[in-house]
This record gives sequence, C-alpha cells and structure tokens, in this order.
Amino acid sequence: MNTSLDLTTPPLIDAKEDCALIFELSQPGRVAYSLPECDVPTTEDEVSSWLPDGFKRSDAAALPEVSEVDVIRHYTGLSRRNFGVDNGFYPLGSCTMKYNPKINEDVARYAGFAKIHPYQPVSSVQGALELMYTLQNDLSALTGMDAVTLQPAAGAHGEWAGLMMIRSYHEARGEKRTKVIVPDSSHGTNPASATVAGFETVTIPSNAKGMVDLDLLRAAVGSDTAALMLTNPSTLGLFEEQIVEIAEIVHEAGGLLYYDGANSNAIMGITRPGDMGFDVVHLNLHKTMSTPHGGGGPGAGPVGVKSILIPYLPAPVIEKLENGSYDFAAASPDSIGRVKAFYGNFGILVRAYTYIRTYGPDGLRRVSECAVLNANYMMARLNDYYEVPFAGPCKHEFVMSGSGLKKYGVRTLDVAKRLLDFGYHPPTIYFPLNVEECIMIEPTETESKETLDGFIDTMIRIAKEAEEDPELLLNAPYTTPVTRLDETNAARKPVLNCACS
Amino acid sequence: MKKHRYIPMTQQNERDMLAAVGAESIEDLFVDIPKNVRYEGTLPMSSALDEAGLLRHMTQLAGKNADSDRYASFLGAGLYDHQVPVVINHVISRSEFYTAYTPYQPEVSQGELQAIFEFQSYICELTGMEVANASMYDGATAMAEAASLASAATRRKKIVIASTVHPETREVVRTYAYGLGIEVVEAGFDNGVTDLGKLESLIDGETAAVLVQSPNFFGAVENVRAISDLVHAKKGLLVVGANPLSLGLLEAPGKLGADITVGDAQPLGISGSFGGPTCGYFAVSKALMRKIPGRIVGQTTDKNGKRGFVLTLQAREQHIRRDKATSNICSNQALLALSASVYLSIMGRQGLIDVCDLNLKKAHYAAKQLSAIQGVDLAFSSPFFNEFALKLPEGTDVNALNEKLLEEGFIGGYNLSRAYPDLDSVMLLAVTEKRSKEDIDRFAEILEGSL
Repeated sequence: MNTSLDLTTPPLIDAKEDCALIFELSQPGRVAYSLPECDVPTTEDEVSSWLPDGFKRSDAAALPEVSEVDVIRHYTGLSRRNFGVDNGFYPLGSCTMKYNPKINEDVARYAGFAKIHPYQPVSSVQGALELMYTLQNDLSALTGMDAVTLQPAAGAHGEWAGLMMIRSYHEARGEKRTKVIVPDSSHGTNPASATVAGFETVTIPSNAKGMVDLDLLRAAVGSDTAALMLTNPSTLGLFEEQIVEIAEIVHEAGGLLYYDGANSNAIMGITRPGDMGFDVVHLNLHKTMSTPHGGGGPGAGPVGVKSILIPYLPAPVIEKLENGSYDFAAASPDSIGRVKAFYGNFGILVRAYTYIRTYGPDGLRRVSECAVLNANYMMARLNDYYEVPFAGPCKHEFVMSGSGLKKYGVRTLDVAKRLLDFGYHPPTIYFPLNVEECIMIEPTETESKETLDGFIDTMIRIAKEAEEDPELLLNAPYTTPVTRLDETNAARKPVLNCACS
Repeated sequence: MKKHRYIPMTQQNERDMLAAVGAESIEDLFVDIPKNVRYEGTLPMSSALDEAGLLRHMTQLAGKNADSDRYASFLGAGLYDHQVPVVINHVISRSEFYTAYTPYQPEVSQGELQAIFEFQSYICELTGMEVANASMYDGATAMAEAASLASAATRRKKIVIASTVHPETREVVRTYAYGLGIEVVEAGFDNGVTDLGKLESLIDGETAAVLVQSPNFFGAVENVRAISDLVHAKKGLLVVGANPLSLGLLEAPGKLGADITVGDAQPLGISGSFGGPTCGYFAVSKALMRKIPGRIVGQTTDKNGKRGFVLTLQAREQHIRRDKATSNICSNQALLALSASVYLSIMGRQGLIDVCDLNLKKAHYAAKQLSAIQGVDLAFSSPFFNEFALKLPEGTDVNALNEKLLEEGFIGGYNLSRAYPDLDSVMLLAVTEKRSKEDIDRFAEILEGSL
C-alpha cells in the first residue's frame, strides 16, 4: 500500500507512539514546584478563623503529581505531535500563515513589556503607552482610517466591536437599521458577529465572476441596511473591481461599509480600505502582522474607523499630551463601552509593532507584492491539474476545486490528507462555501520558489495518484501519529475531559 | 527595494515567476485595482530599523516601564504577580505549538489537541464543572458570554450582576448585553460582599442568571451557596467568576451550585503583559454542553482504534452555523491555555494547596501589619483570600501615595474610588507568595511614613 510513498521525504511528525495524558503519569508524592518557606508568623487558630469551613475546598483537586523532567518530556512529546510554520509550508487560505519572526518573541518577553500591570501609575508605563500610540497611528496610516482602537482580542472580536459602533452611529441619528449584508463567500464570523451585535444577516450570492453582484446588492439595500461587510480581496482571492460603486450603493442607502481585514496581506501600501470607501476596518495582527497563531490564539484585532465613528470607539484610547507624555483619553459619552478587560492583547501589539519596524512602509508594500506574486505563480502552475473557477490575476490567495477528481471517487478531503504524507499542511478546504470541493491556497511572501515548486509538484503527483490509485488517497495519511479520526462518534458520545476525580 | 530577511524572493525568482504567470511586471498583477483607489507614495508610518537598532529601540521603550522584576508589586485588581515557573516559557516557546494554527487537521495537530483536552480536564477538576472549552479571550469576555448563554438557555432577557464583580468585567458584560438586547441590573454590597437581601429582591421570573465573582473584586469570598439558592428558586442560572488559583483553597463553584463557571487563568503562570494576552476559561454543567461557546476538543479513536483527539461539537460554531452560532468567537487564547496547563502540571496536587496557603497567610499578615497603622483599617471584615481593601485616613490621595511608593521601589494598590466613588481613600492590595515578610514590613513602613 505504501509503495508509492517517497521514502526520502522525512515523515511530517516523528512521534508515532501513543502519548499518555499528563494525569496518567502521576505518582503520589512526586513534585515539580519550588515555593518559598512561609516567612510570616501565623498560628493555627488564626488560620482556621480566616475562612468559614463551608468556604473551604472539601476535596483537593486531583492534579497530577509529577517531576519537572516529566513535565518537560510530556510537553516536548506533545510538541513533536504538532505541526507549525517552523516545521514546514502551511498554505492555509485566509489564515496568512507567514513566518513568525523570532525577534518579536524575544522583545515581547522583555520584563518592561511582559511584567507590567495595567493599573500601574501612567508615569510608570510611558514606554508601553508610547508603543500603543505609535501603533495606533501606524495602523491608521496603513488602512487609511482616522483613528484606531487596539483593544479587540481577535478578528471576530473586532468585527463585533466595529458593528457595535455602526449600531450606535445609526441609533444616535435616530435610525433603526437592523440588517447587515454579507456576500456568500464571507467568513463565518461575519454573520455570527452581526448576530451578537443584535443585527439580522442578509446573504447575497456572488456573481459568475465571484464578485459582489451589484444588481442583487441594489435590491438588498434599503432603509433597514446598517452595513455591508466585505473582505477585499474576497475569500476567493479576487479584488472587488467595482468597490467604488459598491460603496456608493451602500452609502446612498444610508448604510456603512465594514472591511474584514483578514486578507490585508494582499494590499499593504497598494490600496487602503479607507480610500475604497470603507468606514470601519479590523486587522488580524496574527495574520498580516506576523504574530504567531499560538495553536488557536492569542491574536489581536485592532479596529480603525473614519471620523464619523470616533465618538463610538470603545474605551479607552491612548492620547499624547502637549507635554509629550502619554495617557488614556477620557471615554467619550457615546462610546460603545468596554469590549475587553484592560487594553487589548498588549503582548501581541508589541510583536506587531516590532514587525512593522523591521519593514517600514516600503517594506510592507514589498510584502504584499511578493505574497501576490507567489499566489499567482502557484495558480498558474496548478491550473492544468485542478479546476480554477475564477481567472486571475488573484491577490494573495486563490481557490481551486477538487471536483475534477470526483470521477475517481476522490474528494478534496482525500487530497488534503494525502498532502500530510509529504510534509505539508493542507490548504483550507471546503471554504468558501460557494465553490464546490474548494481548495483555498495562500502561500504568503515568506515562502521561497523552491518551497512553492515542491508543493506544486506534490499536488500534481497527488492528482495523478487519484487517477491511478485512488485507494492510496482514500486511506491517507500514512505517516502521521494517528490516521483519520472518528469525528462522528466524538460528537455523538462526547468525551471532553479525563474525568480524573 | 532593499532585500529583507523574511522574504526569499530573488530578482531571478521574480523574473521566472512572472514569466510563468505571463505577466511583465508585478504591477500587472494589480491591474484589477481601480486607479482611483490606488495609494501613491509612501505611507506615513514608522520607518524600518535594522536588527540591532530595533533591539535598542525596544529596550529603550521597555526601559521606560516599571516592571515587577525591579519593583515589588502589591497591585492585583484582577491581574496578579505570582511566580511563573521557568518551565512554562520553555514549553510555550516550542515553535511546534506557537507557530501552529487552530488544529483543523487533527492528524498533524495531536499535540495541541491533547494539550487542550488536558486544559479542559484541569479546568473541570478545579471548578467542579462537567464540561470546559478550549479558552476565551479573557475573564471579562467569558463572563459576558456566560450572560449570553444563560439568556439563550433560559429564554429570559434580564441578568443580575453583583456590583462586587470586577468593574471592567461589568462594563464588558453591559456592552455585550446591549448588543444582545439583555437588560442588566446591579446588586449592591454590604461589608464587601453581595447584599443577599437586595439581591433576592432583584431576582424574578425574568432573570436569566445571577453573575457573581468569588473572591470578588474586593478580594472577599462570597457566600456562593446562598446566592445559588436565591437564583435557583426562580429557575435562573448561577454564573460564578472565580480566580482559578484560589480554587486550591476555596470550594469548587460546581459544588456550590454554579451552572456556569468562568474566570481568567492569568494567575496560573501567565505574565501580566499590561493586561493581555491572558486566558479566559469557560465551564458548564452537562445540561449546557451543546450551548457552550468556542472550541471544544473531544477524545476519539482513529481507524486503527488508537486514541486521538479532535475538535468536536462544531455544530455550535460560527464556521458551520454562521448567524445561528452560539457565539462569534473564532481565535481564542490557546497558547495561554497551554501556559495554565503547564502551571498546573508543575504545581500538582500539593503545590496548588501550598501556594494558596502562602497567599492566604501573607495577605493576612500584611492586612494585620497595615491595619495596625494609626488611622488605617480594613475597609471590610468579610473573609478574604489574597487581596483586601485598606481604608486610609480621610482625604488620602491614593494616586499621589502610589507615586511615592513607586519612588521607593513599590507598585502600590488599586485606587478603589476609580470604580466606586463612595470608597474614597481606599486602596485594594494583593499579596502573593512572591512578597516576603521583608517586602511587607518595608511597604507598611513607607506607607505609614507617606500618610
């Protein structure tokens, strides 16, 4: 079965054996901690008087008892069963899995950034405030907006904060606008965020070119339209060429335009959401600004707004005083309020700022140019082997369809699983929803031509395998710590923790 | 354009790739962007620095901040200065963890998936709840999501929140509640804990949930069991916000009647970082399992019967349900959840008990020493864990006092009048296991001399 495996390719992950749960390693009496001796005088009577018995824990938490070596071996073992950008190519569309620079990690760990408290006197955190203030301005310039809040913790959090501002804006004008329009290619978070902000979602189908259908948009907008949410370039990797007309249609109807910045890696220094007519934009710093995804987070989702929305920004915003020092500005009475404790994911903001300073504006423009060239190169080379539903040029990502393989009984999922055997993380699959058997590829600018060629050659080889030996794909992967997992049973009979006690 | 170390494109690559695409220049790839929205010129942004220059610049910025390595901190108020075991940084610096995306491809993400499964197990064990998710942005948004879940599960549109809940958490809850059309009412306090009589009068048949925090913002331990009885009598849900570290000493909310327990895992080995990133946790009773927001990992088997882990119950989530999802959350705080897991692995059964014991004793010693100062007293007499409110002489300017303490190498407490105008000249102080007797005595001495 494995005869066609290229044995010169090292396995993706070299940990094949089962990995015990940390709880299963526990041996009574073993410790991994080091605490100081108690150096304050207390009596037993005193201690027992401090808390009523009913408040005290009746059964000790059944935490594992292990040594420091056990802990390190355990988590090192887990890390060997995981694949990150540092392990290899990760062309996950719409996720911008670019290289996470190491200098970002080093500086974010400086005590002056990592070990400061949000409620310290502002005189003792001037460096942190200066960094945030500068980043606010840099992101305003990059997006063409008038002000930026750094507080949202993630893209979806930024979407919701932006929509809440849009809602407050309409309400302040005495208008009841209840609907948010999204194209069918939009990220799932867009409609979900609209719901949390109290809006109804109206989904409009894309036209044959994968673009917003202007006639359908005209038919959808009205006096109840609060906003249109758009990703540009779209999740199909296409730039909405009629963006100016789209903005006019929405604005004429009294709605505002929300820019989902997930795909900003395509346009830095080339065009700006503010200049396209957008009123609100969020950026995913964990995509465009190279901060690591962390296996699911933390991210950061700063939101930029045009001046009409400044009164509604979440509290607080950093300001520079006349004497050159920095402070938190007093909250506007019309602010939507607070969206997160403290000031956002500051540690991520430090990394993003560091990243911007390695490039400067010209460098960031070059980032987008190379990201777009890489994507177009891949699309051109794969065009003969997989169906490409929309002609280029694409921007930073593109979509293909695996539907041509269905005649061999092979689906996109099988192609993705087979890629694992060659040391690649698969592209995003089955998204966007409006492309059948979708494969969405985003190479980013940090990958070399050799890496792209290696991946492309593998994709071509897999297409041939599908034709000649479909079983090979249907049973893939072969080289990973586990094979395909039973997801149906996982959801039907959920086992969600180890039920230790 | 100068070459850049993160971009491998050579001039030769560029020529070859353009040829393959059939384009003359990179500019050809942007022909679809209308001219009138093209940006011409150089963006007015911070300029590029070389590596050494950038390190110098960042060192200089960091140097303007007073960090807790150089200053002994008595500041808590929702974010605590605990000892972070050195092992944690080594684990979260494994780039297989930190450079990975959400584990969408389980075959090559077993490490992250198992780590999340263990985090869920740890949270369930500490809180006494049956199901926990993979993390939320922070404790404040976790409580807001709990209000949302409670409203959806009970189909009621009112929540009662104790005014002893962290003020920023209450603000975040109000922002979310406005979006969701949920009414929020606040229940006042007496002697630093929720006034049960007032609370009872606010709970009615429309109340989706009561939201409390214990230890609360003042550090005082709430009578959670009594509050549970009050809300359950009206068939509402009980949401408890808990400092997870305190659960080494205090009874698990699940045993006191909580339907949802949330909080911030920051005390579990996560550095302050000016307030973020930290890690919200979210745990529920089994009845609410399919309404929980965010990612959940479940155990299953592969085709060969081998144990493995997958993201599960995804029918709740935004990428499947879109506008009908239980929440809009997508990215969470996975790497910080890993930090918390490593912390609990390091501390283990006895370590968590011991660290709580140290916090309890040192905080009570500090309370005793400080309240012995002439004109100074504890603001409340309710039981507390590692944080307490100190009433300073009438008219004391807490902000000015903090500036003086800073000059002496201390980060002082939180000025409670910021959020509670009635609590004038009251300072909220946290004392963790990191504070020595010497720190406490010296702090008391300087505070006394500064009054």
